[in-house]
Amino acid sequence: MATAEVSNKKTLKVQRFKPSDNPSNTYLTDEKGVWAWMTTVDHKKIGIMYLVAVAIFFAVGGALALLLRTELMTPAKTFIEADTYNQLFTLHGAIMVFFVLVPSIPAALGNFIMPMQLGAKDVAFPKLNLASFYIYVAGAIFTFIALAQHGLDTGWTFYTPYSTESSSSVIWVTMGVFILGFSSILTGTNFITTIHKMRAPGITWGKLPLNVWALYATSIIQVLATPVLAITVLLLTMERWLGFGIFDPALGGDPVLFQHFFWFYSHPAVYIMIVPGFGIISEVISTFSKKTVFGYWAIALSSLAIAFIGFLVWGHHMFTSGQSAVATTVFSFLTFLVGIPTGIKIFNWIATLYKGSIKMDTPMIYVFIFLFLFSIGGFTGIMLGALSVDIHLHDTYYVVAHFHYVMMGGTLIALLAGLHFWWPKMTGKLYNEKLAKIASVFIFVGFNVTFLPQFVMGAQGMPRRYYNYVDQFTAFHQTSTIGSYLLGVGFLIILYYLMHSLFKGAKSPANPWGSRGLEWQATSPPDFHNFDHTPVVIHGPYDYHQPMEEFQLGLAVDTNGHDSETAKEVVDKEREQWKNYSLG
Amino acid sequence: MSNHSQAHPAHLQHHFVDSDQQFDAAKMGMWVFIVNEILFFGGLFCAYIVFRAWYPDLFTQAATELNTVWGAVNTLVLIGSSLTVAMAIRSAQKNQIKGLQINLLITIALACIFLLIKYFEYSHKLHIGIWPGAELYTYEGIDHPLAHVFFSIYYVMTGIHAIHIIVGIGLMIWIYIRAKKNEFGSEYYTPVEMVGLYWHLVDVIWIFLFPLLYLIE
Repeated sequence: MATAEVSNKKTLKVQRFKPSDNPSNTYLTDEKGVWAWMTTVDHKKIGIMYLVAVAIFFAVGGALALLLRTELMTPAKTFIEADTYNQLFTLHGAIMVFFVLVPSIPAALGNFIMPMQLGAKDVAFPKLNLASFYIYVAGAIFTFIALAQHGLDTGWTFYTPYSTESSSSVIWVTMGVFILGFSSILTGTNFITTIHKMRAPGITWGKLPLNVWALYATSIIQVLATPVLAITVLLLTMERWLGFGIFDPALGGDPVLFQHFFWFYSHPAVYIMIVPGFGIISEVISTFSKKTVFGYWAIALSSLAIAFIGFLVWGHHMFTSGQSAVATTVFSFLTFLVGIPTGIKIFNWIATLYKGSIKMDTPMIYVFIFLFLFSIGGFTGIMLGALSVDIHLHDTYYVVAHFHYVMMGGTLIALLAGLHFWWPKMTGKLYNEKLAKIASVFIFVGFNVTFLPQFVMGAQGMPRRYYNYVDQFTAFHQTSTIGSYLLGVGFLIILYYLMHSLFKGAKSPANPWGSRGLEWQATSPPDFHNFDHTPVVIHGPYDYHQPMEEFQLGLAVDTNGHDSETAKEVVDKEREQWKNYSLG
Repeated sequence: MSNHSQAHPAHLQHHFVDSDQQFDAAKMGMWVFIVNEILFFGGLFCAYIVFRAWYPDLFTQAATELNTVWGAVNTLVLIGSSLTVAMAIRSAQKNQIKGLQINLLITIALACIFLLIKYFEYSHKLHIGIWPGAELYTYEGIDHPLAHVFFSIYYVMTGIHAIHIIVGIGLMIWIYIRAKKNEFGSEYYTPVEMVGLYWHLVDVIWIFLFPLLYLIE
């Protein structure tokens, strides 16, 4: 068109594609059999495989926790030896951190849902995605070999000098963690590229679902932080195997250097764990308030702010390790700073609820549980960040309670919210709502009974990782143990009704929650290619005041662009126009 | 299910809309991976910085044991190989498949020369007792009780770098085989460019390693 003006407006031919409530072909029917699953490059199947793996590891880590808490029923030995106790808490921590919390939301739910939220057919590198899963499995195998050998009793933090000298199978586990780190890095690389390059027409950065913003921030942290963990475990392996002398004072090294290296990854790691959870909360809270999320850009950018500041606060794990006074003060100040973007999110979510049309289905119940438990966890984190207070609370049960409130009360509850929210999408089935609500009560009550007493006894001086304790703490420990059994019951109920739903559950319509999310405008379960059209997005992700039809638009061509010549022509002509929409 | 002959070129993967999107995605993925590698080596450079700050004399003394001449030769070899791999990409862009193959072979040859020189360096050191780690280190020639620390750092940094070189050689052989099978041309040479990018990273890391290990005095 030879005109002098350049117009920014492009026209597309779109039509409405209403998702069927009764799809005949889905991603589950189109690729069947064990071999198909094991060699799939479909992000949805890979997400499900991750979900199953994470669930298994959670069960193992949870069983270890119950063993620990049972041992702590009495001040002296109950039924476990001291050395075994050290192994149990080490493995509980290592499994929960590395095999459950870090991969769970991004690799399981993120893999399944994020490409659909972008209107894409898959992630940018599907084969790399499958490789990430198998690398995760390889890392797990190394860890289990360690279990079969001499186990691990160093604590999940592998502090030197004990980790250099311990007779347990440190190297098997450090190599397992090294391998596992690549799974995290490759997933992060995949997600960053997908979010930049694979968005459907109309999805600008300002129309990205907040779940995607959260996964984007998480992926950045994964790519930047995990390699440092890789080097750390590599150096620890060399130290153990060859006597390098980097962390051993007798050989000229410094054990605190290990702590610096370790926490430079492991602090950003906790943001890898929680930020995807924030993304889920935004999705669920808007759907069940039928309202747009308050302060979209504040929530979107605060994820990036957390990612950035999160790299600067690692020293707050080392306040008592002998850092300089200046360093500790700076780290304490920055720790306070990193709480601000998180606080902004909490306020914005609460403002989202205001004048919303609240529906208290199970995902929303978990959102409220999250808001309560994570806020307690966050506040107590700030309290630990106060230098003078931390001197007394470091390495006590106060810290244990804090991180369980944020990691379990935060990440795991968000995972449960997301699992219940997207369960109909992934499986095409509904679960028993009544049982789900009952389970959530067990989870909430059990959690608080387990961990609230731990704040008190920590403040009174009960050290963490201790096998024996003095009698003044017995009541606290016993209450905590009873709470852990309630938690166990809650999770067993969840397992039961979810399994029941898989085999005998009621069929779900495409969009049981009436969400405006793009993933809900596909069938439940989705088609093999997610959508049988190219979605076109014209509204923001939470514009509940707009009619549902306008979220179901797609390019008006017949096919995926594969078969007919006419379709190809249309796609060719359109391509120049809408290519500009997906660049950002 | 679908007739593929007209609709899209063979190299275009199904989840991409067109070749441009696929190429853009590949480039972005590779750069993100490179950033990740920089952080990985960054940890090692951090260890170097810390120990050099604590024991500056150790470093300047121990560095004299490293052969600066052969280190410089290796630097030129690697820079040369970066040039030839860039030329390989250029050949692919201009559809000169023979040129692409020859440049890849030269790059592989130069990379092997690098490894050969490294082999001689390492074997000389091992011969005189400079082994990684305090338990194996037996060389008496450096008058500093912590000499093994410098060499531990030297071995782990150059060793991991050498592993990256070996991986790079493997990748380039793979690309060469594919080039021989006429898989690349001016409309599709993405894997060549990606491997080239990786190779430049390996080169840049050496450019930092060489002065920090060999040239300090």
